[in-house]
Amino acid sequence: MSELTLFLIRVAFLAILWIFVLSAISVIRSDMFGARVPETARGGAPAPQRKGNGKPRKPRRGAPTHLLVVEGAEAGTRAELADAPLLIGRGSDAAIKLDDDYVSTRHARVAASGDEWFVEDLGSTNGTYVGPVRITQPTTIGLGVQVRVGKTILELRK
Amino acid sequence: MSQTGSLMGFVHRRRRGAELFLLVLALMVGIGAYAAVGLGVEGVVPADLVGYGGWLTALIVGAHVTVRLVAPYADPVLLPLVAALNGLGLAVLRRLDLTYEANGLDQHTFARQQLIWMTLGVVLFIAALVLLRDHRVLQRFTYTAGLTGILLLILPFLPFIGREINGARIWINVAGFSFQPGEVAKVMLVIAFAGYLVLHRDALALAGRRVVFVDLPRGRDLGPIMAMFGVSMMILVLQNDLGSSLLFFGLFLVMLYVATERPGWLVVGGLLFGAGALAAYTFVGNVQNRFNFWLRPMDYYDQSPGSFQLVEALFGQGWGGLIGRGFGNGFPERVPFAYSDFIVSTIGEELGLTAVMAIILCYGLIVERALRIALISRDGFGKLLAVGLGAIVALQVFVVIGGVTGLIPLTGLTTPFLSYGGSSLVANWVVVALLLRVSDQARRPAPRLEPVDDSGADSESTQVVKLK
Repeated sequence: MSELTLFLIRVAFLAILWIFVLSAISVIRSDMFGARVPETARGGAPAPQRKGNGKPRKPRRGAPTHLLVVEGAEAGTRAELADAPLLIGRGSDAAIKLDDDYVSTRHARVAASGDEWFVEDLGSTNGTYVGPVRITQPTTIGLGVQVRVGKTILELRK
Repeated sequence: MSQTGSLMGFVHRRRRGAELFLLVLALMVGIGAYAAVGLGVEGVVPADLVGYGGWLTALIVGAHVTVRLVAPYADPVLLPLVAALNGLGLAVLRRLDLTYEANGLDQHTFARQQLIWMTLGVVLFIAALVLLRDHRVLQRFTYTAGLTGILLLILPFLPFIGREINGARIWINVAGFSFQPGEVAKVMLVIAFAGYLVLHRDALALAGRRVVFVDLPRGRDLGPIMAMFGVSMMILVLQNDLGSSLLFFGLFLVMLYVATERPGWLVVGGLLFGAGALAAYTFVGNVQNRFNFWLRPMDYYDQSPGSFQLVEALFGQGWGGLIGRGFGNGFPERVPFAYSDFIVSTIGEELGLTAVMAIILCYGLIVERALRIALISRDGFGKLLAVGLGAIVALQVFVVIGGVTGLIPLTGLTTPFLSYGGSSLVANWVVVALLLRVSDQARRPAPRLEPVDDSGADSESTQVVKLK
């Protein structure tokens, strides 16, 4: 194998290596600034999922059907998930109306996205907790997961 | 850590096509390097190139398909970066194997073993992505993970299974396989730190008093940092492993700083580290040697213990120059452990500074992606997890490449994805799987719950306020 061939192989390999690195950087560059999709298109993006929601969903077996207050002054109160999204709070428009000093007027909300149920804090004063953790974003909840608002604990039940 | 709103303005695209394109390039790097090794060392294209390339391609395609199926929004750059590094590492090991074989050494199947470990790593990568659908689940195992991590660190001291290799007691030997539990402990400790700090960061961040520009933490909050300092010193003194000790303490410090945003912790940690380093320098002979070799490598060239290894590595890298000698034209076998700690010097010798810069850039990109994931992640635990995993890679690369190039005293650690070493490779693939899982959660569009509610309820409640 001649000296020149080996040299060319070496240079070619280094070129491939750097082409790889530079392509990786260029992917990041367009990634960094993101594709700023217009608001309408954004609404359209998750559309297929939403359409699936629009049909009267027949509840799968094992899917939760209602939200139950398991602890607190209103223990035993329930709200059907069919009426989702459910508002939790002290206000009169809440699906689960709690008489709890530590609960805000519009405290939290339980809503579905696809097959999953989410609880979302609506900027309450004392926060919404899933398990021990205060949530800052819509958080998935499953059957029997304890959601705490104020002194009240709620659960999804079948 | 709550300014996610501005970043959620745009929707991340999935970019799986870009990932595939980069993976093809990464495979070209890996397989091309393998072919170049055959051409350079033996003068012919290796006979098993098709089988080898096919195996590598199958692994990478498997990983890519898994990402497509179970983490469609995951970061598109991470997987190609580690695939390229791993492929390059395999080729360099193959190059060393050929020379070791020609020189009649016993151990000349590093590349083959590494390929087996890589297969295991990719299988675990796939399993981690498939089984772990939401990284927040890991938060439940905060203390379990912490305990497991500490136990794994203690494991090498147990009789029968613990083993000492090259002066460092960091190995266990089970059923014929030797394994470094510390590599797995790293991941466990990151999970534990992230879970702990996300719950306690308020206490650690807010309490304290101000002494000349820096907020110093309260005495009673020093518990965790002192505990971690103790663990690091234990590793240093008992296991004689400077690198891991540095890694664990640095990792904890980085995560503590990121969680609390308080430079005071860095001051405390820096002082502790300084005190520890001074104590180690005074009392541990090994550490003193390392410092001397670093400051005056040439003086200790022909002594024992001496700086022979480091000096040979420096010679090699110097001789490699800008574009290297080419595969097969250097003498990397002169450096002991060229296949593990010193693999970067092998690359520096045969592929030159150009390749070393590309490799450092690849590591830089991995760390950048990890920090980026931390920025866009919507939950505190995910943020800390991503920072911690990125910090592992950053610290490890800095300590190893810094040591090999003579920037800092040499400490033994593996170069992630490049070095020969099963435990490290497997653990690092799992690290990447976790990073991809967090990034998938972070880049996935937020569940669109808003429109369902706002219309009726909002106007109603607004009216109530107006009536008041």
